[in-house]
Order: sequence, then structure tokens, then C-alpha cells
Amino acid sequence: MTIIQILFWLLSALVLLSAIMVVINRHPVYSVIWLIITFFGISGHYILLNAQFLAVVNIIVYAGAIMVLFLFVIMLMNLNKDMEPQKSKWLKLVGAIACGCLLLVLIAALKDIDINNQIAETNTGNIGLIENLGTVLFTKYVIPFEISSILFLSAMIGAVVIGKKD
Amino acid sequence: MDLMVIDIWLIIEKLALVAIVVSISLLIAMYSTYAERKVAAYLQDRRGPNRAGPFGILQPLADGGKLFFKEEIIPLTSSKFLFVLGPALAMITALMTSAVIPWGGTLNWFERNISLQIADINIGVLYIFGVISLSVYGIMIGGWASNNKFSLLAGIRGASQMISYELAMGLTLIALLMLTGSLKMSVIVEQQINGPWNIVYQPLGFLVFFICALAETNRTPFDLPEAENELNFGYHQEYSSMKLGFYLFAEYIAMFISSAIMATLYFGGYDIPFVNESSLSASIGHNLVTILGGFALLLKVSFFLFVFIWIRWTIPRFRYDQLMNLGWKKLIPLALFNMVITAVVILLLDK
Repeated sequence: MTIIQILFWLLSALVLLSAIMVVINRHPVYSVIWLIITFFGISGHYILLNAQFLAVVNIIVYAGAIMVLFLFVIMLMNLNKDMEPQKSKWLKLVGAIACGCLLLVLIAALKDIDINNQIAETNTGNIGLIENLGTVLFTKYVIPFEISSILFLSAMIGAVVIGKKD
Repeated sequence: MDLMVIDIWLIIEKLALVAIVVSISLLIAMYSTYAERKVAAYLQDRRGPNRAGPFGILQPLADGGKLFFKEEIIPLTSSKFLFVLGPALAMITALMTSAVIPWGGTLNWFERNISLQIADINIGVLYIFGVISLSVYGIMIGGWASNNKFSLLAGIRGASQMISYELAMGLTLIALLMLTGSLKMSVIVEQQINGPWNIVYQPLGFLVFFICALAETNRTPFDLPEAENELNFGYHQEYSSMKLGFYLFAEYIAMFISSAIMATLYFGGYDIPFVNESSLSASIGHNLVTILGGFALLLKVSFFLFVFIWIRWTIPRFRYDQLMNLGWKKLIPLALFNMVITAVVILLLDK
């Protein structure tokens, strides 16, 4: 096994384990911390693909900002194990069936994909570097990029309007 | 890409460099506690610590020893794991940034070019920003895990303060990056060695960056998370012994590292002012110039450390609403203005 393969398996195991822990942990604060570890694992995968910019932005935006807000809300509302409502057995069953359907759809969608021609470029791909990414975003994909930025701007203004007292 | 191809000397070299950088950071953080007390004493017309060793020079060691041998108490109602994780995270995130700072040029030893930078990654500035955005967790998790209302309040205060000031800091960095055109720390320093320092082009940006650095390291006038007259001790109220020591120490390490970042980004890094490096290295040798450059960086850092301490003993603490007003209504518009002006000037000069 090469070192990249070893790293890949380690990171994948870490991501899967921590993602499962997010779901099965009963304590919301611990769930958030496991989710942060998941994001770190995914960033590790990005670095293996030489997508350094994506890796660091993933950490800044998700682990550094969004998860802090999650923790904020959980801490302020003082959620903990004892206050979690016990759901009824039927509700659990319905949830399991719904998630099973989603899993089926995902498997069906992924089944026909031709994986053999899609080999990941580890350590050699350059598109994830910031110069190339910037060039592509501001030339080839400039219109979708600007439209999504307008979307963000309107969401921001909406949040301010909703947040204002009066 | 086999395991055997890896240059074993490179690993040894990097590990040694990591050990040296971490121990120097710890040493300087240790003596900045001493400097803090001496400067405070001078400003308040006192003598300061002068019992342990000549001029009290062993005082930090005595403090450290005292903290080590104190009783370690973990509150019964706290979340034990997170309670221990809090100070560990504060310490790790404070030290992690030192990996991308170029502490000097290259050394020529045994026919190897040893770079005095641990990792010259493509995204240097963003890496720093990422680690800064993670430094919230130490305070937040510690404050929450203590299971104490004051600690929780302080933790949330600290987190909201850090998030707010990160924005303005990021905006000033954008202006700087437009100027340098590269995120690599080594390239940014290289440009400043060959041309004027970035402070010449970005005085406003530096001012905003400096204020944000004060807020990010929880220093006065932004030390609301540990405002003792409102919150007892703030987020580390339940902590004792070395865990408290780590929290206090992490603040000084963060101060040292952010001074190093400011010196690197705006004040030329390891550039020796008014000296032409290449002609100097022809006369006294390459290695000596590199070491002198390292000392130049440390001198700049010490100056910033002094300014940090000076501000702490001069300016009173902000109220919480003043803090938020300053962050959101003054610094962010100022940083945006700086960004737009920089962009316009760069565009005009290009044409």
C-alpha cells in the first residue's frame, strides 16, 4: 500500500465513524463536536486530491463559523440529554422507512455511474489550487458565480430584515 | 509514491524545526508574562517582580512551578472529557499557526538548503485564518463544560466577539492579498525584501488588522470573556492548576504568534531594514544573514508584544455593546472601504 492509500483509508474510517457518532450520540454538544471532526476528515480528503483551497475553506466556513453558531444555539438553549423528548415507536419506524427510501434512491442513482474512467488525481491535479480555481470561476463560470453571490446577498439582507426589532 | 521514497532527512529536519519553533514560542510566551508585569509596574510607578533571581528574571519559572504543583480540581457536574479538552484546544490552536510563518531565509548546512519555515503551503494566509477561526472552540468548550453560568456567559461572549472581529480581519487580508497576488507567506516576505514594506501601502488595513488581533487574542480593551468584575473570572473560573495555566499561557502564545503574523504581513518579516541582503550575504556569508534576519523578525515581534502590553495597561475595557458597535459598524465598513480603495488604485495603476 502506498502512503496515499493508507491515508485515504484512515480518513475514510474517521469520517464514517464520526458521522455515525453524530447521529447516535444523545448529547447535542457531543454531536456537534463529532460533526466538526467529520469536517476535518473531509478536508483531509480534499488535501489528498490536492484541492487545498477547498480544504481550508471547508474548515473556515463549516468548522470555524457554522459549527460555532450551532454550538451557540445549543449552549444558549441549554439542551441536554434529559430534555430530549422520547419519540414514539411508530415515529421511529416511519423515520427508518423514509431514510431507507432515500438510501435506495441514492444507490439507484450511483449504480449506473461509470467509475472506471473517473480516476481521482491524487497529488497531481492542479484545479484545486487557488490560482486555477480563481481563473475558472471568474472567466468560464462568471455568471453562475455572480448569480449565487446575489443569492447570498439577498439572504443576508433578508436575515437582517427579519432580525430587526419593530 | 512508495513509503521508502520519502526523504528521511527532510522529516528529521522538519521535526527539529517544529521542536525549535514550539520551544521558542513557549519561551517567549513565558517571558512576555514577565515583561507584562514589569511594564505594568513601570506604568504604575512600582517595581514589579524582583525577588526570584536577579531583577526577578526567574519569576515565570516560579509561576509555572506553582501552577504545576497546585491541586487539580475537576468539578463534579462538569463534562469531564470536554473540561480537559478545552485548555488543550486553546493551546493547540495557539501554536498551530506558527507552522506557516517564515522565521527566516534558508540555512546552508551540510550541502542542504534548510528553510526556516515549517510548511510553505500554497494557502498560507488562509491557513492562518482557518486556525484563527478554530481558536473559538477552546474558550467555548471550556466555558460550557464547566457547567457554571458565569463561565458559559463568558464563553459565549468570547465566541461572539471572535466571530465578529474575524470578519473585519478577513476583509483587511483581502486588500493585502490583492496587493501581493499570492497567498504564500514566503512570497509575501520576498516581495517586501525587494520592495517597500506592505505597511506603506496598507496603513489603514494594518490599523484594522491590529485592532482585530487585539480582539482575537482577548486582550484589553477587548478582554470581555475574562472581565473579572462582571463574570468573576470568565470562562476559566472552574479551572485550577496547569489547566488554568494553559488557558493563561495560550493567550500569551496567541499574542506572540499574532505579533509574528503582523510583522510578516505588514513589516517585512525577516527583512533587515535599510540593509541590502544580497550584498550583505556576499560579505559576511549566507547563514549569518539568515540568522540576523531571524533576529530582526524577533525584534519586530518584541516591539508588537510591547505595544500589546502597553495598550493593556493604558486603555480601559469596552462595554459589550460598544464592542459590537465598533466591530460591526466601524471596523467592517472601514475594512470594506480600504478594500475598495485598494482595488481601484490597483486597477488604475495597471492601465
